[in-house]
Amino acid sequence: MSEVLVLVDHVDGAVRKPTYELLAIAKRLGSPAAVFIGAADAADAVVEAVKGYGAEKVYVVDDTEIKGYLVAPKAEVLQQLATQANPDAILITSSAEGKEIAARLAIKLESGLITDAVDVQAGPVTTQSVFAGNYTVQAKVTKGTPIITVKPNAAAPEEGAGAGVKEAFAASISESAKKAKIFASQPRAASGRPELTEAAIVVSGGRGTGGNFEPVENFADSLGAAVGASRAAVDSGWKPHAFQVGQTGKTVSPQLYVAAGISGAIQHRAGMQTSKTIVAINKDEEAPIFELVDFGVVGDLHTVLPAATEEIIKRKG
Amino acid sequence: MNIVVCVKYVPDATADRHFESDNTVDRDGTPGLLSELDEYGVEQALQLKEKGGDEETTVTALTIGPESAVEAVKKALQMGADKGVHVVDDAIAGSDAIATSKVLAEAIKKIGDVDVVMCGLASTDAGMSVVPAMLAERLDLPQVTQGSVVESQGKDFRIKRDGDTATEVIGASAPLLLSVTDQSGEARYPSFKGIMAAKKKPLDTWSLSDIGVDAGEVGLASAWTAVESTEARPPRTQGEIVKDEDGSGATALVGFLASKKFI
Ligand SMILES: Cc1cc2nc3c(=O)[nH]c(=O)nc-3n(C[C@H](O)[C@H](O)[C@H](O)COP(=O)(O)OP(=O)(O)OC[C@H]3O[C@@H](n4cnc5c(N)ncnc54)[C@H](O)[C@@H]3O)c2cc1C
Ligand SMILES: Nc1ncnc2c1ncn2[C@@H]1O[C@H](COP(=O)(O)O)[C@@H](O)[C@H]1O
Repeated sequence: MSEVLVLVDHVDGAVRKPTYELLAIAKRLGSPAAVFIGAADAADAVVEAVKGYGAEKVYVVDDTEIKGYLVAPKAEVLQQLATQANPDAILITSSAEGKEIAARLAIKLESGLITDAVDVQAGPVTTQSVFAGNYTVQAKVTKGTPIITVKPNAAAPEEGAGAGVKEAFAASISESAKKAKIFASQPRAASGRPELTEAAIVVSGGRGTGGNFEPVENFADSLGAAVGASRAAVDSGWKPHAFQVGQTGKTVSPQLYVAAGISGAIQHRAGMQTSKTIVAINKDEEAPIFELVDFGVVGDLHTVLPAATEEIIKRKG
Repeated sequence: MNIVVCVKYVPDATADRHFESDNTVDRDGTPGLLSELDEYGVEQALQLKEKGGDEETTVTALTIGPESAVEAVKKALQMGADKGVHVVDDAIAGSDAIATSKVLAEAIKKIGDVDVVMCGLASTDAGMSVVPAMLAERLDLPQVTQGSVVESQGKDFRIKRDGDTATEVIGASAPLLLSVTDQSGEARYPSFKGIMAAKKKPLDTWSLSDIGVDAGEVGLASAWTAVESTEARPPRTQGEIVKDEDGSGATALVGFLASKKFI
C-alpha cells in the first residue's frame, strides 16, 4: 500500500488535534506516514503521539536551519520527500500556513490542489463547502499527487497503534527559500478554553455586547465552549482578531453555535453556517441571524445570558 | 518603485451566487465588483506610493478575467492606481488557481521590473487564499503574506501577521510579494476627481499570446482538479423563536439546550 503523507501540525512539538484527524483520513487512502518538521529533541514524543493514531511511518526533519523562515522551506522539504516516497496523496491542515505550503508544493510537484476539504473519501474524493456554506462541492485531483488541505473537524481522530517507524529525512534548502524572515514571534496567550476551530460548542458575541464580553464568556464556560466574536466586535478592539468568526476570520463547524448580539451578515454566516445547531440571542426580532437558527431568543443578551448561565450551573449541580 | 496590485472581479457576495451546468461559477448571472478584499491591497499599494513621494512610484492594477472584469481595474484606477492591465482571453475561462497564477506571473513578467507584487487575502468567491503563495513560487519572490500592518523603509518591508498560533513580524527586501488582510486599514473611496482622472489613465488589454502563455495550459479543460458535482445546501429552516419576558427567554433557552443534550 502506498504512503499518504500527513504534515504534522504542531506548536513547538506539541501535536495539534487536526493532525490526528488527518491520520484518520490517511488510513482511508493508504498507509499513513506523518512528516514532522521541528526540533530534533521533540521528535521522540511526536513519534509516540502520532503512532497512537495510526502512523505507520514518521519522517523526522530537523528544522534548525529553516525555523526562522516562512513557508517556502517547508514546501521544499515536502517536495523532496514526495519525490523520494512517491505518496498517493499529501494531506495538510487547512490553516493559513498550511494552505500556503500546499500552494507552493502544488506548483513544485505540478500537482492538483484542493483546499478546505470538509471530508475526504477513497479516490480521493473531497467535499468542500463554498459560497458562504450555501453549496457543497465534490472534487478530485486529476494531475499529479493529490495535495489536499483539510479543515479541522473533518474527521474524528481514531486511536490505534501504527508501526510508527521513525526515519530521519535530510532536505537541502535553497537560499531563495530563506528570503522571507520571521523577525519576531509572540505565541498567543492560552485562554484555558477550547480552540475555536476545534470546539464542539462555540459562543460568539457581536456589537450587541457593547464591549462587555463577560456574559458571553460566563455562558461559554458553563457549557465548556470556545469564545468567538464578530468582526464588529474585533474592529472595536473588544477581542483580538484570532477570535473572529467569518469570511476573513475562522470558519467553525461545531455541534452548537450560539450568536449573541450578532446581526448575521453574509460574511459572518460564511464562517458558521455549517454548524449543526444554531442558537441566537438578539434584541431585534428582524435580525437576519434568526433566519438560520434552530432556536432563537428575542431579548437582551445582558439579561438572558446571565440568567441562562445561572440555570445551567444549577442543573449541572 | 514599481508596484503591481492584483485585483479580482468577483460576483457580489450579497447577491445570489450559483454554478453553471459545467460546474463553473456563473459570472454573468450575478452582478460583479472589485473583490472587497482586494481594495485593501490597492489601498496599501497607494499608501506605499504616497510614502515614497509619489513621483518615482507607479502602481499598476492587474486583473485576469472576462470582459466585465475590466471594472475591477477601473475601480482601482479611480482609487488612484496609475495604470491598468486586463488579461482577457476566451481560453482562460474556468481556470483554477494554478492556471490563474501562471497567467498572473507571465503578465507581471511582461510588465517588467516589478519591486512589489501586492495581493489581497483571498478572493471573495473561490476564496482559496493560495494565489499569492503560488505567484511567489512562480516568480521566485520572497513571500510576505497576510499582513495586518505594513511597514517599509526603502526596499525593506516588514509586516505584522496574526497567525494561527502566534503573532509574527515577518519581512524581506524588494523585489517581493506582499498580501494584506482586511485588518490593514480602511480602503479609500474614489473621489470625484479620481473618477474623472481614471478615464485618461492607460489601460492595456492583453491576450494570452501577448504574454506568451499557451492556451492549452489554462482553462477548464486543463485544470489539475475537477469538480464532480455541486449541490445547493438545503436552506436552513427557521426553528422556534421566543420573546424574552421576565426571564422566560433564559428558561426556554436552557430547556432547548437540555433537550438537545448540550447540558
Ligand atoms: C470583505 C468583508 C469581510 C468581512 N468579514 C467578516 C468576518 O469574517 N466576520 C464577521 O463577523 N463579519 C465580517 N464582515 C463584516 C460584516 O459585514 C458585518 O459588518 C459584521 O458581521 C457585523 O457584526 P455584528 O453582527 O456584531 O454587528 P451589527 O451588524 O451591528 O449587529 C449587532 C446586533 O446586535 C443586536 N443587539 C444590540 N444590542 C443587543 C443586546 N443588548 N442584546 C442582544 N442583541 C443586541 C442588534 O439588534 C444587532 O442585530 C466583513 C465585511 C466585509 C466587507
Ligand atoms: N483573476 C485574478 N486576477 C487578479 N488577481 C487575482 C485573481 N485571482 C486571484 N487574484 C489575487 O490573489 C488573491 C488571492 O486569491 P485566491 O487565492 O483566489 O483566494 C486575490 O486577493 C488577488 O489579489
